[in-house]
Amino acid sequence: MTDRLDQDNTFFEQTGKREMFVNFGPSHPSMHGVIRIKLIADGEFVKKTEIDIGYLHRGFEKECESCPYPNGFPYTDRLNYVSPLINNFGFAKAVEDLMGLTVPERGEYIRVIMSELSRITDHLTCVGACTMELGAFTAFLYMMKAREWLYEVIESVTGAHLTVSYARIGGVKADLPEGFSEHCLKSLSDVSGVLDEIDVLMTRNRIFYDRTRDVGVMTREEAIAYGVTGPFLRSTGIDYDVRKAFPYHVYDRFDFEIPVGWRGDNYDRYLVRMEEMRQSIRIIRQALDTIPPGPTSVDSEGNVINAAAMADLGKTGRTKNLINLEARVEPTLEGSEKRIHAQVRDACRKAGLPPKDQTYTNIESLMNHFKIVMDGHGVRPPKGETYSFVEGGNGELGFYVVSDGTDHPWRVRCRPPCFPIMSGLHNILEKGQIADIVATFGTVNMIAGELDR
Amino acid sequence: MDQNSILDRVKKEFPDLVLETHSRLGQDTVIISKSGIVEIARFLKEDEKLKFNMLADLTAVDYWKEKPRFEVVYHFLSMENKLRLRVKARVEESDCEIPTLSGLWPGANWYEREVFDMFGIRFTGHPDLKRILMYPDFEGHPLRKDYPKTRHQPLVEYRELNLHGNENTTTSRKKEND
Repeated sequence: MTDRLDQDNTFFEQTGKREMFVNFGPSHPSMHGVIRIKLIADGEFVKKTEIDIGYLHRGFEKECESCPYPNGFPYTDRLNYVSPLINNFGFAKAVEDLMGLTVPERGEYIRVIMSELSRITDHLTCVGACTMELGAFTAFLYMMKAREWLYEVIESVTGAHLTVSYARIGGVKADLPEGFSEHCLKSLSDVSGVLDEIDVLMTRNRIFYDRTRDVGVMTREEAIAYGVTGPFLRSTGIDYDVRKAFPYHVYDRFDFEIPVGWRGDNYDRYLVRMEEMRQSIRIIRQALDTIPPGPTSVDSEGNVINAAAMADLGKTGRTKNLINLEARVEPTLEGSEKRIHAQVRDACRKAGLPPKDQTYTNIESLMNHFKIVMDGHGVRPPKGETYSFVEGGNGELGFYVVSDGTDHPWRVRCRPPCFPIMSGLHNILEKGQIADIVATFGTVNMIAGELDR
Repeated sequence: MDQNSILDRVKKEFPDLVLETHSRLGQDTVIISKSGIVEIARFLKEDEKLKFNMLADLTAVDYWKEKPRFEVVYHFLSMENKLRLRVKARVEESDCEIPTLSGLWPGANWYEREVFDMFGIRFTGHPDLKRILMYPDFEGHPLRKDYPKTRHQPLVEYRELNLHGNENTTTSRKKEND
């Protein structure tokens, strides 16, 4: 052994080089998505790294800016393709904030349930892939199996596994199907069983522990300086979660906790994700217990009142329930009352698409649908800008939308949660060995779809 | 810390640099002149009461045909006070430069590279300003409004499906577009 090491040293002396350039990626089996890490290695140790992204850039922002608002949803499915529902709702929330719409309660509850289902699938994928790369293929298969049960629940609601496009401006595409509650609870208890199994298999597994504990450490200060959010930030000990800090939808009505780590290493990130899945299950159970009946989108069940009465409501500031109303505009001798109506900011009630069964069976809904979807006719939020954010699988998922008053957004910016993590990743890779890159990269949960957009 | 007092505080501290403040849709916004961005950001970060410790997002908007053309938008987050603040600075097309924030937040490095890649706004003092999502020899800046969506710049020439067995059917779509 010593001979070989000596030989190695003479090799270095002869070539005058001790360090070696290694290309990790763009299509390395342990890379979840296409990304390239250029690194300079000294033996097994990583001296310097540079991360190269952009291999999956599809111009999400440019595409969104060149189509009407409702047509942006299919693009958002392709951002974080492991939890597409959260992206859907994030984009919908941004447009709703811009228009001043309030989603009916049942719609908000459905959004919470579907977001949490997505969060579980996201974490299952991340933890599963990470354990597989460290050699635990069984755990990976168990988790993919559990993920599939949840995808079946999602499919029963949205009609698709991944490309769901379930959100609509002002609500959701359709109500929950019959028997959803039982199906969902059954799947959740099954998933909960799988989590217990994984816990037994992995948490005290010597190999897993040694490969992840104190590996890939990011300090609190670094995490904040790089703008890291989500499970990654929480593993360092900061309890920042958008669901608690800036409650949206109806998250403030549920009882759940934010798990935090301490050391900010791979093992803590694994523990945080495992606990978050349990908390998500808790939220879904509470939401299914307390979900109220009623409309799921603004518009699906509107009462009709006089336009002048609506304008009066708007002038006195009682706009909260206006979105559920439909105005009857009567032509008068002076012309039309439409003029008064246009002053009310909630005049853009016609934001949500009518249900598909209505679109196909009656002429009013078909016309409504046409007027919303067709280029040049659609939803027109008032001029302005908003930055809306939700807690995605990897952290704060923000949408900065600028409206110029037309039916196309002037600017859509997506703040992908794994972008800041990747920008700071070189710091934590440079402390470790080449083999640790695989473990660290697994717990980062980089999704190229949202990183490169 | 009250919402109104942030805007007042910033306005009082930098009367010359702050051009306008508003909180439309409940989101506090400060519009400043671009020369003051580093100074104001440092104040927001280090002030004892505000503590805007995180740069949540950095992006730009191209208001084509308006003057000044670009607007660089910063979103700050104060985790302790649960506050958010948007800071905007206009940038002229002829003088497409703004000082970098990467000295204050290392996370600004990649955001600024992306803005440079997509809009062509240069960040003075940036340690490594180069393209990030597009490839190095890409021409133009794709999120500018005058960059047509249909313009193709393939790295490898497109090959068309040869259904009839004719030769020489390989064409470059790039040439057609130019």
